[in-house]
Amino acid sequence: MTSVQQAPRYTPLRERHEALGAAFTDFGGWQMPVRYTSDLAEHHAVREAAGLFDISHMAEFEITGAGAATYLDYALAGRLSALAEGKAKYSLLLTERGGIVDDVIVYRLQEDAFLIISNAGNRDAVRAALTERATGFDVTVADVSDDYALLAVQGPRAEEIASAVEGITEVSIPWAEQKYYAWASARYHGEPLFIARTGYTGEDGFELLVRSADAPALWDAVLAAGEPHGIVPAGLAARDTLRLEAGMPLYGHELSLETAPAQAGLGRVVVADKASFVGKDAPALAADARMLIGLAAEGRRAGRAGYPVVIDDGTIVGEITSGALSPTLGHPIAMAFVDPAVSDGATPLFLDVRGTRIPAVVTDLPFYRRKK
Amino acid sequence: MTDLNSLRYTEEHEWVAVDGTTATVGITDYAADKLGDVVFVELPAVGTAVTANAVVGEIESTKSVGELYAPLDGTIVEVNDAVVDDPSLVNSAPFESGWLVKIEVAEGAADALLDRDAYVAITEG
Repeated sequence: MTSVQQAPRYTPLRERHEALGAAFTDFGGWQMPVRYTSDLAEHHAVREAAGLFDISHMAEFEITGAGAATYLDYALAGRLSALAEGKAKYSLLLTERGGIVDDVIVYRLQEDAFLIISNAGNRDAVRAALTERATGFDVTVADVSDDYALLAVQGPRAEEIASAVEGITEVSIPWAEQKYYAWASARYHGEPLFIARTGYTGEDGFELLVRSADAPALWDAVLAAGEPHGIVPAGLAARDTLRLEAGMPLYGHELSLETAPAQAGLGRVVVADKASFVGKDAPALAADARMLIGLAAEGRRAGRAGYPVVIDDGTIVGEITSGALSPTLGHPIAMAFVDPAVSDGATPLFLDVRGTRIPAVVTDLPFYRRKK
Repeated sequence: MTDLNSLRYTEEHEWVAVDGTTATVGITDYAADKLGDVVFVELPAVGTAVTANAVVGEIESTKSVGELYAPLDGTIVEVNDAVVDDPSLVNSAPFESGWLVKIEVAEGAADALLDRDAYVAITEG
């Protein structure tokens, strides 16, 4: 791997973020808003009302052609040919050896057309894998990331807010009838708007895919529609604590080229009885392979990514992949890869927080589940 | 409001207010903003002897962990229990109720620390 220092990239909403006083951070080569005012206020707003996220750094690929469905069955871990038009599915792009190139959401647009949304930092790797795997299939893979911006409205008030946004017309399915992990089409001031009822916060919400040029106006319109409902712009800091509470894996933390899906609790995503797919012949998981678990602790001092998980005699039995003081629950939570012998919670575990041992208990994921 | 020009500063983004031989120490608004929302503060015990530039406490935000350095040699004579109970004071009032520790120091010890102009120059660099 070569490391090329590239100029930081900004989304089409840069000026909006700057005007709102955002602090920026590097994320996958992009300069993204990490917070506007307060991580905690933004986090709580998403749990209690709504937040608006700019996630335009994420990558989008259009898969079209008569062979699109059979191609995706080969290229991805899931059975996408079984996905109904109008629906979405979480899936994985695996290596031949069963490691994870990326986790993606696939939307079936039509019989022969799909949209894949992948992580920003993996855009090149995803494009390369999708393109290489297209050989021999009647399919076209197009990286359309630069054409679109992506906004996420997340929170219990998301439906009220999204349905009140000025300029959105021709919504193909009434807002209230749109299903989770499904999508609808609409127009925004006459231009195409893709509405997905998906998200990464553990809350209800919509992701709005819009032409880049229209993104600033849509951003303003969503904030205006959401103002009476308590919407706030929310940054990556809040997004990270929200997704951690929701037990959602983050590439580079819980997922990697060296991680098998089953280790990360994603074994169900891999449809092993497909005739042929990349990753099908991966070696079986070693008996001592570390498994992802949830850990909860008391107090206020959090274990962080990279900190060891130890047992009573000090032996290191795992490592934290993500950790924070949960803003919603009020106590520290963490995801960690641990030796399978201690993953069932029978053995007392401790987070080694810079030399201080904090007792932690194995907890089912997610840590937080929204009320229906 | 505290007159920020009356304070001394360190390159580690602490501020120091000197009253005779008592130095009140906190972190600057710049450091508090960089950390994000502070959710946990650990401070040294009263009576602890501290050495300039040594780590004496921790300041954790939702996103990261910051260390509190002793700006001067001395002995901890008071810690701010209010900020331990409510760490958000570090963000909301870093120069006032968000102060962290008081250190008994030698007369004139703080004179070598940065003045406001020198500190601001660092944060703008």
